[in-house]
Amino acid sequence: MKGRFRFIFIGFMLTFLAAWIGLVVLPVWGLGNFKQTPDPKTGEMIPPEFTALEERGRDVYIANGCIYCHTQQVHSARNRTDIVRGWGKRRTVARDYMNHGVAQLGSMRTGPDLSNIGVRNPSETWQLLHLYDPQITSPGSIMPPFRYLFTEQPIGSDGTSADAINLSGENAPREGMEIVPTEKAKALVAYLQALKLSEYEIPEAAAARIDSKIIDSEIK
Amino acid sequence: MSTPDPAASEDIESEEAQRERSLQERLKVDRAARWPVGIFIASSIGWLVFGSLIALIASIKLHDPEFVADNAWLTFGRVRTVHLNAVAYGWLSTVAIGIGLWVLSRLCRVPIEDHRSLALAAILWNVGNGVGIWGIFRGDSTGVEWLEYPTYAAPFLLVSFTFVILTAVNLIRKRKPGHIYISQWYIMAAFFWFPALYFTAHGLLILAPVQAPAQPPINWWFAHNALGLWFTPVGLGTIYYLVPKIIGRPIHSYYLSIIGFWSLAFFYAWNGMHHLIGGPYPAFLITASVVASVMMFLPVITVAINHQLTMFGHFKALIYSPTLRFVIFGAMSYILVSFQGSLMAIRSINNLTHFTHYTVAHSHLGAYAFASMVFFGGIYYIMPRILEREWPSRWLIRLHFWPCAIGIIIYFVMLSWGGILQGIAMNRGEMPFMEIIKTTMPYLKWRSIGGTLMTIGHIAFMASFIWMVIDRRKQGSEPTLFAKRTTQDTPATNASDS
Repeated sequence: MKGRFRFIFIGFMLTFLAAWIGLVVLPVWGLGNFKQTPDPKTGEMIPPEFTALEERGRDVYIANGCIYCHTQQVHSARNRTDIVRGWGKRRTVARDYMNHGVAQLGSMRTGPDLSNIGVRNPSETWQLLHLYDPQITSPGSIMPPFRYLFTEQPIGSDGTSADAINLSGENAPREGMEIVPTEKAKALVAYLQALKLSEYEIPEAAAARIDSKIIDSEIK
Repeated sequence: MSTPDPAASEDIESEEAQRERSLQERLKVDRAARWPVGIFIASSIGWLVFGSLIALIASIKLHDPEFVADNAWLTFGRVRTVHLNAVAYGWLSTVAIGIGLWVLSRLCRVPIEDHRSLALAAILWNVGNGVGIWGIFRGDSTGVEWLEYPTYAAPFLLVSFTFVILTAVNLIRKRKPGHIYISQWYIMAAFFWFPALYFTAHGLLILAPVQAPAQPPINWWFAHNALGLWFTPVGLGTIYYLVPKIIGRPIHSYYLSIIGFWSLAFFYAWNGMHHLIGGPYPAFLITASVVASVMMFLPVITVAINHQLTMFGHFKALIYSPTLRFVIFGAMSYILVSFQGSLMAIRSINNLTHFTHYTVAHSHLGAYAFASMVFFGGIYYIMPRILEREWPSRWLIRLHFWPCAIGIIIYFVMLSWGGILQGIAMNRGEMPFMEIIKTTMPYLKWRSIGGTLMTIGHIAFMASFIWMVIDRRKQGSEPTLFAKRTTQDTPATNASDS
C-alpha cells in the first residue's frame, strides 16, 4: 500500500501540469513577446513607451487600488456597449498593453473604463479637481476623494502658485492658503493623460476596428 | 448453550481492547496537534474578525465615499484589498492549514512529530500575513489582483509553508497500514497544488514579471484556482471527514468520491480564463476555461450526490450538532456556488454579469457560504478534541450561526440582484454611467447590513473561542449541543468519543 500514494501523487502532478502548460506556458510563449511597430502614417514606434513621470503615476494608480473599480479594456460591441459609450474607438488587443509593466486590466466596473481616458478627458485641471473631490466635477459619484494627494500651503508673496487648483464654495481653502497637488497627484494625472490604448494603428487593431464597424452596423 | 463460548468472549474482549487502543491513539494524535493546530486556528479567527471589520469600512465607503476619506491607509482601494488578503490568506488559508493537518494526522493515525517547529511555522505564517497587510496599507501593493502582498512578505510565507508540506508528507509516509481515505487525497493534493500555484504566479507576475499582455491569463488562473485547488479541496476533504464521523455511518459511495476527486483535479485546473471573456485575448484560450467550467458540473454533481445521500435520513442531527449545521450549510452552498459558477462562465450569461457586483456576490457564496462555513464546523469539531474541554456556551454558538447565516443570505441575494440590474443598465449604451451607479445604491447599502450581521457572528465566535481557551471548568463535561440528541445513532460529538 505504501506505493499506492505515489501513483496518486503522480496523478496530482499530471493533471496540474496539463493545465499549467495550457494556461501558463502557452500565454507566456504566445502573448509575452510583443514588439513595437512603426505607425503607418508618422513612422513613430507604437504603442509608445511611458515616460518616467507616467510610470511613477502608474505606481500611484497601483498603490491606491484604482484597478478595483476601473477596468482598462475596451470590449467589442458584440460583448459590451463600450464603443457606444465612447470608451474607445476600437476594442483593445493584447499588444496595446506591451509597455504596461504591471497589467491593470481589472475585473470590476464600479466606475467607467479608463483605457482611453487620456483622449476622453485630457484636461489636467479637470482630472485634478476630480481627484480632489469627485463631487465637484461628477455629482453623485461614489469615487473616494483623494485629498491626501494634495497639500495646503500659505499663498506666497508673489501670489497664488501656478499649479494651485481652483476651489470654490465649501471646498475653498482657508484665507491666505492654497491647495496644490503633490508630486504623486501630478504623476497620476500624467499617467491618466497617457492612457490612449485604442488610438494607435497597430496592424491587428485594424482588424479589431473592422470587426467593431461590422457589429456596429449590425446593431443599428 | 448454557456455558458461554470461550472463543466468542475472547473476541469481545479483543474488540474492547482494540477500541481502547484506538482511543489512546487518537488522544496521542490530538495532543500532538494541540499547539500547532491550535495556533493556526486561533490566529485564523483573529484574521477573520480583522478582515470583517475592514470589509465593513470598505462596504460603507461604497455608499458613503466621505467615510474616513482623508487617511491614505483607509482609502477604498487599500481597505478592499486588505480585506481580500486578510480573509484569503489570514483566515481561509490559515484555518485550511490547521484543519487539513489535523484531519491528515487523524486519518494517517500518526501524531505530528515535530510539533514545536510546526508551531513556530504557524507563528511565521502570521508574521508573513502581518507584513503583507502592513505593506498594502502603506501603498506597497504589487498591483496584481489576489497577489497584492509586497515581495518582502513572501519569504515568511514560503518558509512556513515548506514546514507545512514537510509535516504533511511525513504524516503520509508514516501512516498506519490500511485504506487511504478520500479526505487524505483532497488535502494532500491541496497542500501540493497551492504552493505550485502561488509560486508560479508569484514568480511570473512579481519576481520576474513576463510582458504585461501575458500577465492577466496567469493572474486569473491563479486567482480562480486559489479557490478551486486550495480552499475547495480542503473544504471537501473536511466535509468527507466530518459528516460520516458525526452521523456515524460511512460515505455513500467510495467510487463516486474517486470520480469526484479526479474530475475536479482535471477540470478545475483549466479554469480562470473565463474572467477575461471579451478581453484582448484569443478566443481559444478563453474557450478552454469556459469548457472546463461547464465540465465542473461532473465533479460537483458527483460530490453533491455523495454528500447528500450520506446525510439522507439523518438530517435530524442538524437540530443538535453545531458542527453538522455549519458543515451542511457549507456543503449545500458548494452545490449552489458551483452550478452558478459554471453558468456564469458561459459567454451569453457572462455578458450580463461580468464587471458587476453579481461576481462579488458569487465569490462570497464560494469563499464564505461554502468554505468559511465548512471551516467553522471544522473548528467546532476539532477544538474540544485538542483542548480536551467543551465549548462554553450553546448560546454563543447560536449567536455565531444565525447572524452569519442570515447575513450571508442577505449579502448574496441583494448584491446578486443589484448586480443583475447593474449588468442590464451597463448593456444599454445610451444610459449615462451615473444612472448605473444610482441603480446599484440600495443594494450596496444592503451589503453593509449583511456584512454587519456577519461581523456580529464573528465577534461572538471569537468571544466563544477565547472563553473556551481561558476557562478550564468545561473539562470533560458533556458536549455542547444545540439540543438533546434525538436520533438512534450514537454520533461522535464529545471529546473522548470520535
